[in-house]
Amino acid sequence: MTDTPTTAGTTAAVEPADGDEPQIAYPRTEWDDYEIIPPTTSLSNEKLTMWTFLGSDCLLFGALISTYLLLRNRQPLSGEGSLRAADLFDIPFTSVSSFVLLMSSLTMVLAVSAITRGEMERCKLWLLTTAAQGAVFIAGQVYEFTSFYREGLGYTVSISSSAFYTLTGFHGVHVSLGIIMLVTLWVMVNRGIIGPERAETVEIIGLYWHFVDIVWIVIFAVVYLIP
Amino acid sequence: MSTATEAASEEVHESDEAHDDHDHGLSDFGYIKVALLLAVLTAAEVLIYFVETGPVEVPLLLILMVLKFEIVVAYFMHLRFDSKLFTWMFVGGLVLAIAVYAAMGTSMVFWTDPAGCDLSPNPNC
Repeated sequence: MTDTPTTAGTTAAVEPADGDEPQIAYPRTEWDDYEIIPPTTSLSNEKLTMWTFLGSDCLLFGALISTYLLLRNRQPLSGEGSLRAADLFDIPFTSVSSFVLLMSSLTMVLAVSAITRGEMERCKLWLLTTAAQGAVFIAGQVYEFTSFYREGLGYTVSISSSAFYTLTGFHGVHVSLGIIMLVTLWVMVNRGIIGPERAETVEIIGLYWHFVDIVWIVIFAVVYLIP
Repeated sequence: MSTATEAASEEVHESDEAHDDHDHGLSDFGYIKVALLLAVLTAAEVLIYFVETGPVEVPLLLILMVLKFEIVVAYFMHLRFDSKLFTWMFVGGLVLAIAVYAAMGTSMVFWTDPAGCDLSPNPNC
């Protein structure tokens, strides 16, 4: 394993076993000298990596949420810049977009369930539905940011507004990246690159999507609902 | 939570009999039931926001938030059915994040002034 391979460029000797179809010889590469070592945890390395990433992403959002909580009232007491995001919240509107994002977790898990059963058409439908719901959420966030800006709450108006936009903006970026991943996944499933044998790929993207959802569950309660 | 837990437990027992590996969860109908529960909890959150509930408002909202968080992680993210190692990886990050918040809050005198800091002449800000 640690030795440098020296047989690259030769042809691998392939002896067909009795009764088997003759195998085609292939150009030998340096990787032929390496043994494929299964993960010692007997778990999927890719899935473990995603969980580790999500654990680390908790730190990012933990820092952003705590920063917002510390700075949410840090603005001039009167005059220009005294406006807070909390003064402009439209709770019924945000509740609807939160509900849409919550339900996108359902369609995501249904997509994973469908591909596990080999129902590719249904999987594609649920993937697109999930991406569409994510897009609706992002459209709602763009509308909210635009209306706040028109009311006079710009990014640099106060430390409080900066903290609010940074927190919700980072979440929006995560949702947008999730939508890109979902659409890419749909294309790969559509082209047959990903089939039921690679259902775990859909599950791993699903983990990311659900994480984005749980982060919003916290933001919705802590930032929007708790006075 | 208990409704979802009971429904999920029935599904899990069925799955356990069929498979021994880690990759099983609820049926599609089970997921829909969990989503309905989440929708009800979200509606309850919004209701609590609009209805005057006094000093219990914040604790209630926090409890509902934690419930929703736990349900999504346990059922939609399959953590309830998956390896404990995944749980430790995620919970490790979560605990660290809460520790960061607690440390920041402590160092910034957040606990004694939970409304945060403003630009009034407060020497702590």
